[in-house]
Amino acid sequence: MTTMVETMDYDEVVERFDPVLGLEVHVELSTATKMFCGCATTFGAEPNTQVCPTCLGLPGSLPVMNGAAVESAIRIGLALNCQIAPWCRFARKNYFYPDMPKNFQTSQYDEPIAFDGWMDLELPDGETVRVGIERAHMEEDTGKSLHVGGATGRIHGASHSLLDYNRAGVPLIEIVTKPIEGVGARAPEVARAYVTALRDLLRALDVSDVRMDQGSLRCDANVSLRERGVSEFGTRTETKNVNSLRSVERAVRYEMTRQAAVLAGGGEVVQETRHFHEADGSTSPGRVKETAEDYRYFPEPDLVPIAPSEEWIERLRGTLPEKPAERRKRIQQDWQLSDLELRDLLNAGAVEVIASTVDAGATPDEARSWWVSYLAQQANTRGVELAELPISPAQVARVIALVNSGELTNSLAKQVVDGVLAGEGDPDDVVAARGLAVVSDDSALNAAVDEALAAQPDVADKIRGGKVQAAGAIVGAVMKATNNQADAKRVRELILERCS
Amino acid sequence: MPSISRDEVAHLARLARLAVTEEELDTFAGQLDVILRSVASVGEVAAEEIPPTSHAVPLTNVFRDDVVRPGLTREQALAGAPAAEDGRFRVPRILGEEQ
Ligand SMILES: [Zn+2]
Repeated sequence: MTTMVETMDYDEVVERFDPVLGLEVHVELSTATKMFCGCATTFGAEPNTQVCPTCLGLPGSLPVMNGAAVESAIRIGLALNCQIAPWCRFARKNYFYPDMPKNFQTSQYDEPIAFDGWMDLELPDGETVRVGIERAHMEEDTGKSLHVGGATGRIHGASHSLLDYNRAGVPLIEIVTKPIEGVGARAPEVARAYVTALRDLLRALDVSDVRMDQGSLRCDANVSLRERGVSEFGTRTETKNVNSLRSVERAVRYEMTRQAAVLAGGGEVVQETRHFHEADGSTSPGRVKETAEDYRYFPEPDLVPIAPSEEWIERLRGTLPEKPAERRKRIQQDWQLSDLELRDLLNAGAVEVIASTVDAGATPDEARSWWVSYLAQQANTRGVELAELPISPAQVARVIALVNSGELTNSLAKQVVDGVLAGEGDPDDVVAARGLAVVSDDSALNAAVDEALAAQPDVADKIRGGKVQAAGAIVGAVMKATNNQADAKRVRELILERCS
Repeated sequence: MPSISRDEVAHLARLARLAVTEEELDTFAGQLDVILRSVASVGEVAAEEIPPTSHAVPLTNVFRDDVVRPGLTREQALAGAPAAEDGRFRVPRILGEEQ
């Protein structure tokens, strides 16, 4: 990881080579239960408390498919303009690694439920790129391993490993693009735009939490280069562990500059899995891939085939949300935005979160002002996307409602948002726990006003003498005395009443 | 021609992270060959018009409602494990690369 790796200047890379991308996105469905058993899927539960004989692979247990997960898979396929297979099966992917206690992963293989689709992406400058979708198939997630005794929690040097199977069996959809060619220097940008658009689509479908930071959306980036003018693909690498939108862009860019240096030096790119390192944006070699044959796939005998009827598919098609392009057009009209304003919101990743906040009851203006100012600052400080902030649009809408009902002032509302971001619970929990409700009781406020007037008699005299602007100092004193929990406008009214 | 070569047995042993001696390779290759030949005899009866069958019963679309059902407690889950630590299954050092 610390060895110096040769890279080529990016401009030179794109002058000499054409990049070809393939993106594989794994998305954990937000079903209540696992793919093949009734165990809960709650994130962050105590280790091995969401397990049963089926997901532990105990003898005699049998899997049964989660119908809701299959519906989500079909809806995802339809939203990606895919064909839905009239008949398909699961297979067993056999391997020897303890993250699956069964010694195999139940996954679709050569019969994906959805295939041959496409998705249009809009790049930050407004240009549209169409990405082909090879397939979307169903599988199950693996358990989580903890490697003990090694230097950095990695396998290398570990004395033993500890397994938590809560995640083993959580429904997973793998979405694979067709090779993305001809985007040249824009390849890193396109990769990021694709994952962003896919995330927004999955969120609109309400099938997943799509939290890259929690692993419910994970991206592997396949990258290869070929000399310009050559039609065959070069050897590709697969970079794993790319856990944010920004990392997707960086990982693709890095692999392009690294592979270009290898090729220019007369070397050969090794087909391998590489790990992405968030700290410096580099990748390092992982294992040499086992071939598909080594997994000895065969049809899963314990699960019957899936044969979605036309009626079922059409019923699910009827539940799809608006298409992103239509949705944008409607939003632009509803919110009365200029093209430029809409583009700015899109580039800030703010449209979907604002829309969801509006859906949860806020007005477009209110929702917009929170997401593009205070929350944008918080996201910026943390180096994350707006959607990755640990506050939901519904929570933001609740804060706005509390401000509108007079229960919070704007400055209290920011403290409530801080509390939610700090993981203290829903807005109402934070208000209660931090004691942040507005002091709206006039008698309590009058007492504070009297106290402040008495403490600054000269100011009080000025106000009485008609210098209304002087009231500001008293308002400040009262706000301080009430820990900013008073409504400043009301305080001012009370002061003027007292001094009239 | 045996249906499985000595090299293929060695490859499978490597995938399974099993240390198999040279002598054992010969033994296993011979034994597996007998098993594979027996299974292959089924293929001789299968005629052209019989499609490959993965399921004996012609059922499709057997689904479960997405409703949580109680599983095992952690104690029950770990009860059969050869070793446990910190509420997790403890396994020996994993050889080879990370998945
Ligand atoms: Zn289970």
